Amino acid sequence: MTPLFFTLLVAAISLSAGVLGSLVGVGGGIIVVPALSLLLGVDIRHAIAASIISVIATSSGAASAYVRERITNIRLAMLLEIATAAGALTGACLAAYISGRWLFILFGMILSYTSWSMLQKKKTAAAVLPPDPMADSLRLHGSYYDRALGQEVTYRVARTKLGLAVSYVAGTVSGLLGIGGGVLKVPVMNLAMGIPIKVCTATSNFMIGVTAATSAAVYFMRGDVQPFVAAPVAVGVLLGAKLGSRLLGRLPNHVIRLAFVAVLLLSATQMLWKGLR
Amino acid sequence: MKSVPPSGPRSLQVEIVISELLRWGVYGSLLLLVVGTVVSFLHAGSYGSAGGSAADLHRLITSGATFPRTLSWLGHGLLQCQGQAIIVAGLLLLIATPVIRVLVSIIAFAREKDRAFVVITTVVFLLLMVSFALGKTG
Repeated sequence: MTPLFFTLLVAAISLSAGVLGSLVGVGGGIIVVPALSLLLGVDIRHAIAASIISVIATSSGAASAYVRERITNIRLAMLLEIATAAGALTGACLAAYISGRWLFILFGMILSYTSWSMLQKKKTAAAVLPPDPMADSLRLHGSYYDRALGQEVTYRVARTKLGLAVSYVAGTVSGLLGIGGGVLKVPVMNLAMGIPIKVCTATSNFMIGVTAATSAAVYFMRGDVQPFVAAPVAVGVLLGAKLGSRLLGRLPNHVIRLAFVAVLLLSATQMLWKGLR
Repeated sequence: MKSVPPSGPRSLQVEIVISELLRWGVYGSLLLLVVGTVVSFLHAGSYGSAGGSAADLHRLITSGATFPRTLSWLGHGLLQCQGQAIIVAGLLLLIATPVIRVLVSIIAFAREKDRAFVVITTVVFLLLMVSFALGKTG
């Protein structure tokens, strides 16, 4: 394999990671890291740094369209971002004291259970949500135009405090284990807070870029970001995310949900593998 | 007669500003990354000549060496139109975009006199700065 072929191959793999990541609101790390390190033999430090870059690229590439189409709930994203950023700090501080092994097993099981709940939701009709004064006073409720349904969808946000708590945990876990928090935030927004799945993935997509930016800056200062590897990843993911952002509005909800469940199962498998190995 | 509000629902201004910022940040990084990669391949330098060889690739992906990343290196490289320096500039722009987006939304919420969200967004920004400072030293 030559550097030219490597560049084109990595860009192609990253393109698909960008499409998938932008649709389900999760960074492309679960595809990019194994592809680079296991398949192509890239040094693991460079692979992880490139995957953090890919998270930012997924977020920024798609967020522009989602924000303009009002699928992203910016107010909710900014509020939950406080909890996530505080959690990430906690995780980084705890990382020296807690063994990752059991956490990987624990979260592998949590994610497996979550994917099962996400599948069940498909069947049940919209449950009645409890009133939430916090969401009212911060005006978190929203609406967006759903192209697949061909109508404006208005939704109310419930259980904001639970959402904040889970976002804090998601931030802590991502600080501890170096995984993106999207896999935890999307289910809680969808299952507990009563938010439509597309708004969940777009809002999560908006948030992951902010959290990843600080880690990326740190990796960069350490010199882990190798331009030769990171450039094709960033270009591929940016283009893929732009493509994905065109698709999200048009795809029916159950397709997004199934894609998310597939990503959850893949993440759960990777975590259990890391914990049990 | 009731006048029509100029900006529609609240936060709409914020959404437009953020969306435009993201769009230009993304286009800017894409341009720098693509140009940088093309230049790296054309200048028979670090990537090897004519697309490079398997040995070039092995050297590029397995070297555990940290990449030079001082600002003076970047400035020097950009002046000489080095491909890798252009790529690094594109990556830096990409990394900076979400942070700038938080800063800009503070201003946008302030202009809408949405005090709760000025506070929330400012706290987010400060937390980002603290975790960056901690990560750098730690």
